Amino acid sequence: MEGGVVYENDLNLKATELRLGLPGTERNEEQPVSCTRNNKRPLPETRDQDGGTKAKYDAPHADPDTPHAPKAQIVGWPPIRSYRKNSLQQPKQTEAESAGMYVKVSMDGAPYLRKIDLKVYKGYPELLKALENMFKFTIGEYSEREGYKGSEYAPTYEDKDGDWMLVGDVPWDMFMSSCKRMRVMKGSEARGLGCGA
Amino acid sequence: MLRMASSFPEEVLEHVFSFIYDDKDRNAISMVCKSWYEIERWCRRRIFVGNCYAVSPPMVIRRFPEVRSVELKGKPHFADFNLVPEGWGGYVYPWIAAMATAYPWLEEIRLKRMVVTDEALELIAKSFKNFKVLVLSSCEGFSTDGLAAIAANCRNLKELDLRESEVDDLSGHWLSHFPDSYTSLVSLNISCLGSEVSFSALERLVGRCPNLRTLRLNRAVPLDRLANILCRAPQLVELGTGTYSAELQPDVFSSLAGAFSGCKELRSLSGFWDAVPGYLPAIYPICPSLTSLNLSYATIQSTDLTKLVSQCQSLQRLWVLDYIEDIGLEALAAFCKDLRELRVFPSEPFAQEPNVSLTEQGLVSVSEGCPKLHSVLYFCRQMTNDALATIARNRPNMTRFRLCIIEPRAPDYITLQPLDDGFGAIVEHCKDLQRLSMAGLLTDRVFEHIGNHAKKLEMLSVAFAGDSDLGLHHVLSGCENLRKLEIRDCPFGDKALLVNAAKLETMRSLWMSSCSVSFGACKLLGQKIPRLNVEVMDERGPPGSRPESCPVEKLYIYRTVAGPRFDMPGFVWTMDEDSALRLS
Repeated sequence: MEGGVVYENDLNLKATELRLGLPGTERNEEQPVSCTRNNKRPLPETRDQDGGTKAKYDAPHADPDTPHAPKAQIVGWPPIRSYRKNSLQQPKQTEAESAGMYVKVSMDGAPYLRKIDLKVYKGYPELLKALENMFKFTIGEYSEREGYKGSEYAPTYEDKDGDWMLVGDVPWDMFMSSCKRMRVMKGSEARGLGCGA
Repeated sequence: MLRMASSFPEEVLEHVFSFIYDDKDRNAISMVCKSWYEIERWCRRRIFVGNCYAVSPPMVIRRFPEVRSVELKGKPHFADFNLVPEGWGGYVYPWIAAMATAYPWLEEIRLKRMVVTDEALELIAKSFKNFKVLVLSSCEGFSTDGLAAIAANCRNLKELDLRESEVDDLSGHWLSHFPDSYTSLVSLNISCLGSEVSFSALERLVGRCPNLRTLRLNRAVPLDRLANILCRAPQLVELGTGTYSAELQPDVFSSLAGAFSGCKELRSLSGFWDAVPGYLPAIYPICPSLTSLNLSYATIQSTDLTKLVSQCQSLQRLWVLDYIEDIGLEALAAFCKDLRELRVFPSEPFAQEPNVSLTEQGLVSVSEGCPKLHSVLYFCRQMTNDALATIARNRPNMTRFRLCIIEPRAPDYITLQPLDDGFGAIVEHCKDLQRLSMAGLLTDRVFEHIGNHAKKLEMLSVAFAGDSDLGLHHVLSGCENLRKLEIRDCPFGDKALLVNAAKLETMRSLWMSSCSVSFGACKLLGQKIPRLNVEVMDERGPPGSRPESCPVEKLYIYRTVAGPRFDMPGFVWTMDEDSALRLS
């Protein structure tokens, strides 16, 4: 089927960088496919890094020194049906087994408790910021020696052994898997906590 | 020849034809001569419509007046992964309405990826007096009220299978609508339902249906009720448990184990939601005779999985999560020599880092150890060309091979090369390959291999692959038996499609999303090829509001004798001769 069809606005296309002219026209393969993108859909970062269609395989995209940007979730990827995804995400029956996903957070002086999903946070800074926002207070500076200085509050958590620990002492992953619930302590109790106290 | 054909009385021919069941054979018979066409069409009892828009209900009814069994498929396969927007189509109601008058003796309806409403179910329930089989696979649009209508009215119902459908689950009460006099149930699959059905109603139903051979329960059925149900149906061949989790209690365990032992015919097990290892030994007695095991909801780890599969020497089909790990797959390869089909699903599909030790090695082991393995679906995080080539050489009998590497465009993790040669080996060695799904970093070369070798290939799924139109051209021009092609996020544009336009009429359908096919090319295809529906899906608004060279979001092309459809939502446009007028 020969392309005997004439498309108008060929020049406009070049000007607006919207590609895809006639079938049969010689076009370089380097053109960006950006106009295919609907800004509703998040792009996988890697596609932009590839620079579009042409990939050079002596410098493959899996360059170990270039960390992938935090991935936007690609629609429909990986190709798993929703009912399967949903059943994997079913919350476990008991709190103990949930090992640090949703945990209750109490704040001294606040009338009711809150619940947060620890998996949402990548580390302590994010978690503490979220607590600050949630309960409208400020946490002090953390130091291993002195705990949280500069505020009346200290974030604490109950671990698997039932002991109350200061948030921040152990690596994040260990905290996530051992935290059963949290309590933001206030006042003199708070000042009592800290390594070496 | 003509004299011979007309000298056979019709009744004789009809009797001969009654031994022919396969659609292709039936179609062939009908093309011999006009009288055979006539005789055949009056005695065809079963029809399969792979794309509900390829033909219209009146056309089917006009040609085949005495049908007893209908199978229809609606949405494109990529609808399973949320790539087809809500409201796209695939409504079954017009079919049911037409068949209600034309086929009063209809017995079986099997639907896949269709929108089924409660009205449709109610119409089925009251229109077909001898209705026996309802299978709704990956359907949606109905509620448990519709199921209640079926349960209450279909006196001769044998099979009700809701596999993987999305049901508006108002309550479990519908099950109680089966009257006490109803005893003909043979197969019940309610595994997709969320709410609890009345356990006593379920037990009574199971107890009074002596021919029950398949029972797939839903997650809401607790483990401690399972033994009772099993004791009432020791003749069961296929069972799907409910939740397989409970506090370990010796009496619950022993009645469960006893109940399983009593089911001497049990060959297929599924369910196992939230399985706890402590209750697995209850099924050990029946493991040696199991042929099918679906553990893809069981969050048990590789040690327990390994112990389990090692006892299933008759296993032919295994669906499992990647918790099985390479080590469990090695055990599978060692003990399950009759394995035909393996599916390994990801336990944490969105995690960046692997959470289990499942690599290409597991699949290589199974390909070495299981000589009958011919159907594979494998999710993993790394692959090499060598592994693929080894698998190909080990298993030239492979017919369905679907690989998914979680990371799009992942290269061979050792050589950092594309996986072209690995998949090339697959299509070269596996000459009977019917279905292929590729993964990882792939250039146009892999498509060249496919076009050259994959002569029996019927369905191909491609994502994040290829460099240029040449890739698509290789496939369209080389794969003689291609029926379904689905492509997403590949740099394929107009050229290959337009050059191979005639090929599209020999296929059931083509799906392309996030590619580079222009609106202009779609219009051209729609105008030039009359028996194709070229449907453009674009949620940005009418394609005519953008330059013709602008690529469309999604494109679905299918052959049809029914012309353009009229039940499309606002974001779908059909390109045909009139579209130029409608869209300007």
